Amino acid sequence: MSILQIKNLHVSVETEQGAKEILRGVDLTIRNGETHAIMGPNGSGKSTLAYSIAGHPKYEVTDGEILLDGENVLEMSVDERARAGLFLAMQYPVEIPGVSVSNFLRTAKTAIDGEAPALRPWIKEVREAMEGLRMDSAFTERNVNEGFSGGEKKRHEILQLELLKPKFAVLDETDSGLDVDALKVVSEGVNRAKAANDLGVLLITHYTRILKYIQPDFVHVFVAGQVAEEGGPELAERLEAEGYDRYVRA
Amino acid sequence: MTELTQTAQHGLSAHSHGAGVPLQIRNARVRSSKSSDFEAISQREEQWRYLPGDRISDFLVDAFDEFAGDLALKAPDDVKTAWIGPDHDLFGKAGLPEDKISAVAWESAQAAYLINIPSDSKPDCQVQLSLVSEDRSASALHLVINAEHHSTGVVVIDHRGDAQLAENVEILVGDEAQLTVITIQDWTENSVHLSSHFAKLGRNSKLKHIVVSLGGKTVRLTPSVEFTQPGGDVELLGMYFADAGQHLEHRPFVDHAVANCKSRVTYKGALQGEKAHTIWVGDVLIRKAAEGTDTYELNRNLLLTDGARADSVPNLEIETGQIAGAGHASASGRFDDEQLFYLQARGISESQARRLVVFGFLNEIVQQISVPEIEARLTESIEAELARSVD
Repeated sequence: MSILQIKNLHVSVETEQGAKEILRGVDLTIRNGETHAIMGPNGSGKSTLAYSIAGHPKYEVTDGEILLDGENVLEMSVDERARAGLFLAMQYPVEIPGVSVSNFLRTAKTAIDGEAPALRPWIKEVREAMEGLRMDSAFTERNVNEGFSGGEKKRHEILQLELLKPKFAVLDETDSGLDVDALKVVSEGVNRAKAANDLGVLLITHYTRILKYIQPDFVHVFVAGQVAEEGGPELAERLEAEGYDRYVRA
Repeated sequence: MTELTQTAQHGLSAHSHGAGVPLQIRNARVRSSKSSDFEAISQREEQWRYLPGDRISDFLVDAFDEFAGDLALKAPDDVKTAWIGPDHDLFGKAGLPEDKISAVAWESAQAAYLINIPSDSKPDCQVQLSLVSEDRSASALHLVINAEHHSTGVVVIDHRGDAQLAENVEILVGDEAQLTVITIQDWTENSVHLSSHFAKLGRNSKLKHIVVSLGGKTVRLTPSVEFTQPGGDVELLGMYFADAGQHLEHRPFVDHAVANCKSRVTYKGALQGEKAHTIWVGDVLIRKAAEGTDTYELNRNLLLTDGARADSVPNLEIETGQIAGAGHASASGRFDDEQLFYLQARGISESQARRLVVFGFLNEIVQQISVPEIEARLTESIEAELARSVD
């Protein structure tokens, strides 16, 4: 059993006008195997939550806690969090010029496991994961995210999710910019990771369409840096019909 | 890479053309094989302005020893080599010295080592010349690489050991020939290496020239390229890593003297430590006759610590408006925090993430070599350099 607890999380960012509070007391508990959808309008703090869990230096936690199996995540560096079992699939993955995907994946796997993977099984595992995501094998020779299309970037993020086998994954608008076919492929990858590793998922999205492919157990509606409403999958259906207007007006 | 300092790009900010030192178009310099034709070396001269005299004090003499280190050659049978004298047709055909030390070296080396790639060379023709020295006296070496018309070949000059070497390298690329020349400076930390490369390109020929400077206290390389016929294509690539106290200077020059030639100059460097100093001065001249020229030059530097300094000076002289394209850019900056975050978010430690980012930054040049064996050799050297110095 694994559990990720977020308690009364307050997060600020530095702006030209001084510190601005984005998250204003967020409480969430995710257990392994569960999928939680975080939905909300633009600017509600969804991505801030994702980056705060991963430990991006731009986001300052001013109050509250994040605990992974009781361990204080906020005291960990970015890489320690990843090694502890947290994964962030980024909305805008950055290019790493001159570093091939195969070099990057092997380096990350070695860092996460604490030892280099045995070469042959590793190559096989990478190849199979890529086939599952309908990625061409020549992809590993390319430089990380360099010249990737939007869809390729997202597949590459999910490829890492499947290979690095975290306990919890935060998917930050993984559905954005994907056509229906790519959305299906990427969703299948997430579902495989869930089935294989009993992964807990925090699925951040603006739209409901990805929820047709990745079934959430819980839906949380984010408004102005707080959870405004929580429920089961039926809440997503209601949002599909009504949008976020009633929260924003309230 | 975040671009913080010394951005020089037309329309963005002024270039640092250097106050106090007279501007000089590179083709206006004296060119001669006679050292007496040159003025005494002075930092008041543009071409010596960055190089403190005490770094090259052993070279401020009238003659050098001949290079006494090992020259080991690995080449296919059809590649012929010979020591040739000044009376040989190919001696001095690619160019003449444009500075005093190069001229003294020219006079001091009695013969030049010729590597000849024949017209009917195999497509995978690969020549490896390893220079290993243990000798610290100022010495001179003269090489001539001749790629006959329609030939294809790769020549690697691998410099290792301890040396104070003044070197002239002539590169002749015949009509329709395709030549890659890679020069690797992997010296010990006390070495001084001053190297002048002269390339002359024939009709529809292609030269890929790659400079890799890693080791040596002082390394100064001045590759110059001259097009003699239309259709020439040159790619000048460079990669350097300067540690504390290292002075690495690169001055590529492309002379577009005829129409419809193409040049691309890309040099990338990383610096770290007190008084790590790199200099890149990239000159491109498009003469009046050089209509249809297509050129772009780029220098990027990654400053890993305080106390390191990267000078970057692109110069573009254009004497005709009838060109296909001409541009240059130069930028020096520090680590991109977003790249480090991305790698760390995958469990990679901060120090390893830094090494990986620097590795990739330099490896972009290696990836353009497209000779797997040499890529592997260089990848290993970069990784060793980074493991030793970046944390």
